[in-house]
Amino acid sequence: MAATGALVAAWMGTDPAAFAAALRDARDAARGGPVQFQALTPEQAEDLDAVAAQIIPTDDLPGAREARAVVFIDRALATFQSEEKPAMLEGLADLNRRARGRFSGVSETRQRELLQEIEDGEFFAQVRLGVVIGTFAHPSWGGNVDGAGWRILGFEPRYFWRPPFGAYDAEEMGR
Amino acid sequence: MTGVRFHQSDTVDFLIVGSGAAGGVMAKELSTAGFSVLVLEQGPRLEAHEFEHDEFKYFAQSALNNRADLQPQIFKAGPDAEPQRGGGGGPGALYHRLVGGGSVMFTGNYWRFKPIDFMERSVLGSISGTGLDDWPITYEEMEPYYDRAEWDLGVSGEPGPFDPPRSRGYPTPPLPVKSSGVLLERGARALGLHPQVAPMCIISEPYKGRAACQHCGYCSGFGCEHRAKSSTLFTTIPEAEATGRCEVRPESYVRKIEIDGGGRVTGVVYFDAQRVERFQPARAVIVCANGSETPRLLLLSKSNLFPDGLANSSGMVGKYLQFNGNASTTGVFERPLNDWKSVMVTRMIWDFYDSDPKRGFYGGGGIDGRYWGTPLGFLAFGLPPDAPLWGSEFKRLLNQNYSRTMNADVHATSLPVETNRIELDPVLEDDWGLPALRVTYKDHPDDIAIMQFLVDKAIEIMDAAGAVRTWAPESMEQQVGYHLLGTCRMGSDPRTSVVDKYHRTHDVPNLFLCDGSSLVTSGRGQPTETIQALAYRAADSLAQFARRGEI
Repeated sequence: MAATGALVAAWMGTDPAAFAAALRDARDAARGGPVQFQALTPEQAEDLDAVAAQIIPTDDLPGAREARAVVFIDRALATFQSEEKPAMLEGLADLNRRARGRFSGVSETRQRELLQEIEDGEFFAQVRLGVVIGTFAHPSWGGNVDGAGWRILGFEPRYFWRPPFGAYDAEEMGR
Repeated sequence: MTGVRFHQSDTVDFLIVGSGAAGGVMAKELSTAGFSVLVLEQGPRLEAHEFEHDEFKYFAQSALNNRADLQPQIFKAGPDAEPQRGGGGGPGALYHRLVGGGSVMFTGNYWRFKPIDFMERSVLGSISGTGLDDWPITYEEMEPYYDRAEWDLGVSGEPGPFDPPRSRGYPTPPLPVKSSGVLLERGARALGLHPQVAPMCIISEPYKGRAACQHCGYCSGFGCEHRAKSSTLFTTIPEAEATGRCEVRPESYVRKIEIDGGGRVTGVVYFDAQRVERFQPARAVIVCANGSETPRLLLLSKSNLFPDGLANSSGMVGKYLQFNGNASTTGVFERPLNDWKSVMVTRMIWDFYDSDPKRGFYGGGGIDGRYWGTPLGFLAFGLPPDAPLWGSEFKRLLNQNYSRTMNADVHATSLPVETNRIELDPVLEDDWGLPALRVTYKDHPDDIAIMQFLVDKAIEIMDAAGAVRTWAPESMEQQVGYHLLGTCRMGSDPRTSVVDKYHRTHDVPNLFLCDGSSLVTSGRGQPTETIQALAYRAADSLAQFARRGEI
């Protein structure tokens, strides 16, 4: 439990009212329909979404894009993480400068090269944390739409199980 | 939510500060014995259906633990280290603030201490630079209360080869073994070790009107929506309230214990939910606020009679903080374990419980098979140290490993060191304007050595069980403490301890302390059952004292 705290250390110490507002907004967004971004312009959201799609790409399983991790990031920046917004937008602007235009507009190969250039920096760490939480946290926070992130893991949110749980205890039961 | 409501002017027989593992037990024992009891709890009261499977809310938002913004802390990684901001799951003391406290949110590991834990100094001799000491009570005196805790609250388990003497078995049978338990057993047996069923404070069958575990997979850091985890919130607290003599008052943050000119406690001052200061009179006060907040409250309760803090004539209040050593090793296996289902732990190893002079250092502990496998927990700690952090290989590993991973965690002794302590910070204040907690903690070298020894064993065990890959944690240092032990230690000598063997403070006849702070030594890493057994025992003593007019 203490260990999990470390993952989210960057998100600690925020105003609970702001969290509640974020949760309400996220639930509205999760009801479907076009997303109204609150902290990001549609262009910024599109570029961040392209970054998210490189961090957790889409293949035969959903990725961060299908999970709509960028919605979580937007809601966080609009509310409980608003003080992080300038750094996020500055980092994104820098990335776009490196892309000589829009990050989302260059080829995927070029996108990966650009992210390799910045992967040790604070902006990348900030985006990655948002993408991870937005993809795997409870869907009530705006990302992980329809449990898309959980499908990557093979986690099923049933919260009610009967043994056997896995292959090795099944084997033991069979003896 | 039934029972009596005391008026502000009512002088209650016992006022208990804190409603957790110890306070919740005390509330039942003293109210059923016929006394009026008021419990003041700083956190809110939640009902079972209000607990959620929301990692982000509980771990990031600190929804139910002490928060870094409202209750900031200063942490020092040793007496000479630079102070740093902590709390809220970062470095410092982590505790849960809600009715039922940590007993609601803990993993459920329910280990007794063994006879050696109460007399280790006599057996091993003193260790220089430490306060290793015998307890003023023995295992034999504790056994009836361990038994009472297990059967009153509801525990699952099965006696094992390294158990201490026990008067009977467990009230409910073992929970179904998980793959992590099976693999721990296989590896351990291959190495000639003796794995056993892990006793858990989670019921495997209906017990006393509560449902059995439904194996949802959300125990550690979460409340149980099925009420199968036998927290005081679902057991002793409603029983206390049903007597009509006990009120549990949430969102009541005690800031001072008041005394009269004769040095007797008269009641407490607390902030209510609206942060209005109130005074509640009491004939006796029992502080069960955990091993960080109990010493803090005493230090906050300075007076002319007690200029260094209430009941602190020994100067021992806050000293000898022990976190227990804890480290998590990881193994990946060929087939799915799906260990994210069900309770955290089903099997453990106690072969290395005793300290062995041949190892060259003090210490002992246990190893258990488990999984920190809620989704964000896995993202934080589940992947191997050389795993990529993004891209298709990152995603492939998430998909491949999530259901095939387990942890073998080690739990170990911490030596009592005087400079590991709780103090009031001279500068930082909490949101109520009170001096913040200052936590100083640096593991004794032997604490690190025993953890490393057990980590090596844990890796050997998973390798012997056929792991495809195993790895150890990078650091053994303990900086986040959620076992908060030893800070108002029990003893016979008023010069070197804070409470006597009945949990009465040496200095104040009607002030008692009972929680992790009472522990003299740390046990082997799972203190909750001992804290609760102490509470049952203390309540017995207090009821007798009260009846004889000795409070």
